[in-house]
Amino acid sequence: MFVNSNFKKKKTKLSENGTSQQQSMNMKEKGLYGSSMIRIETKNLYVKYGTTIGVNNVSVPIYNGNVTALVGPSGCGKTTFLRALNRMHDLSRDAVVTGKVLLDDLNIYDPKVNPVSIRRKIGMVFQKPTPFPTMSIFDNVVAGLKLVGIKDKKFLNEVCEKALIQAALFDEVKDRLNNPGGSLSGGQQQRLSIARALAIEPEVLLMDEPTSSLDPKSTLKIEDLMVELKKNYSIVIVTHNLAQAGRISDYSIFMYLGDMIEFGKTKDMFQNPKDKRTEEYLTGKFG
Amino acid sequence: MHQAQTNTDIIKKPLPIIYRWLGDKIFLTVVFILGLSIIFLAFSMAWVLYSEGRLAINEFGVIGFLKGSVWDPGVRMVFGALPFIFGTFITSVVALAIAFLPAIAIAVVIAEYAPKWIGNIIENFVHLIAAIPSVVVGIWGIFVFAPWMRETVYMPIFTFTANNYPSLLPVLGNPMGYGMTTATIILALMIIPFTTALTRDAISQVPKEQREAAWALGATKWEVIRMAVLPYARGGILAGAMLSFGRAIGETMAVAMLIGNKNTFPFSILGPAATMPSVIINEFREAVGNLHLSSLMAIGLALFVISLIVNLIAAYITRKLSITGGQVV
Repeated sequence: MFVNSNFKKKKTKLSENGTSQQQSMNMKEKGLYGSSMIRIETKNLYVKYGTTIGVNNVSVPIYNGNVTALVGPSGCGKTTFLRALNRMHDLSRDAVVTGKVLLDDLNIYDPKVNPVSIRRKIGMVFQKPTPFPTMSIFDNVVAGLKLVGIKDKKFLNEVCEKALIQAALFDEVKDRLNNPGGSLSGGQQQRLSIARALAIEPEVLLMDEPTSSLDPKSTLKIEDLMVELKKNYSIVIVTHNLAQAGRISDYSIFMYLGDMIEFGKTKDMFQNPKDKRTEEYLTGKFG
Repeated sequence: MHQAQTNTDIIKKPLPIIYRWLGDKIFLTVVFILGLSIIFLAFSMAWVLYSEGRLAINEFGVIGFLKGSVWDPGVRMVFGALPFIFGTFITSVVALAIAFLPAIAIAVVIAEYAPKWIGNIIENFVHLIAAIPSVVVGIWGIFVFAPWMRETVYMPIFTFTANNYPSLLPVLGNPMGYGMTTATIILALMIIPFTTALTRDAISQVPKEQREAAWALGATKWEVIRMAVLPYARGGILAGAMLSFGRAIGETMAVAMLIGNKNTFPFSILGPAATMPSVIINEFREAVGNLHLSSLMAIGLALFVISLIVNLIAAYITRKLSITGGQVV
């Protein structure tokens, strides 16, 4: 609880500083990523399924150019929280989201905001690789671009190549871009899913346990990838793997039973947890 | 302690060997016989059709019978199946073409758009339509649909053509209301439920992850359906279409009541025609002599074989296009 209030102070300090958002916008325009500006901020975010509370009053910043890891035991609301960040809960009939999620100062739950445009800014990679099985590798990567009516073959080729290179998949598939996406191995499929998310150049990338169904080698590749990608994107990752969170994340959010227990720099939190529950979880006493 | 001993006794108590041994054998035998009997049934049907139709086949030859365009039981006693094969083919293909998109649309509404209770109502009505006996559909067609079509659709078209393009009149045919077009439309209505039901099932089996992947790319609802749902469900959709096509080929009563039953070429768009099932149902009772009856049987055999081929193609296409198990993980 005290962590929460502690954090609130920090947050008000940031929002008092009226120029910070302005700066972040400017920096974005100049392409100067990597600074510790707030990209997404949640304010008193609740997600309820009927009477069950999935996320309970979470207020937290997501910093630009960093990897933020969501950790916590199963069922603690990590994924629910993550899905609230790009309005995926709109799709289930019984989930109710209250509170604010600010993307560069814009509340994405504002009634005037179109969730479709939000999802183009905040990309998502899921636990299971989800290539569209009837599409070729190429069509999978450019699926998001074709949605908005881009047909210029040359442009699509360029984007496809760039996204596949970013996702560290290009060398493995460059000779068979017309093969079906389902013909790849699990790890390749997941990198294909990442390439597809990158092709529409989102500002934030949400990853829901992206390596949980992969073998160690593919996992390593995707972890390297995330470290590489955070130069250009803000990444939020849900992970069950504490070692992974320790390796790749700059900030960590520890959640427990829907509450955010602790937020801080990963190094600090993992070495010096402030809350007893965080400590217990990190030391493997539960979870 | 006492309890445990009792339990052990129960578990350890062996079943009579004769029961276990014999039970297994009896079960195997019964299942095996029932399973094989379906093969026997199919072959015996085909054999009966062949042996009864052999007279006609010997008389005209297989190719000659299938290619023969004259069906004259009255004077010349010459029988050729081509008009009926043609009629069946045209009505089925066109009916499927008419029914395909509306059927998918209904399934999409049920599965994706409608609130659950409305979807359930629509779905029940679709099942209801599938359950209407075809003779009832035929009656409705005769007394309601065909006269209505004649007055509001065929007559204006006919008058227009007669005034402007009189040379096309033979192609258009006689707009009496009972004919190939009417039968085809009715056929389309009758097969919609089959495509809809299978499409709906296929749509509901599309994994949530596929939809969410499309949502996450910024797809709108209909784009999700176009990009993730329908492609994934294509195997089921095509299976539904093929099932419908099979139904259309074999549909007898409603077609016989509405198609006008003209046994010889030339057929016209609005004018009467006949299909393989319709000629069988219309003539087998009044067959003139053995050759006529045998020819009807031979048509039955042709229908049997065509249906079989359609089913095999359907199974092949479905297997080829189905996405089983989704992703490799």
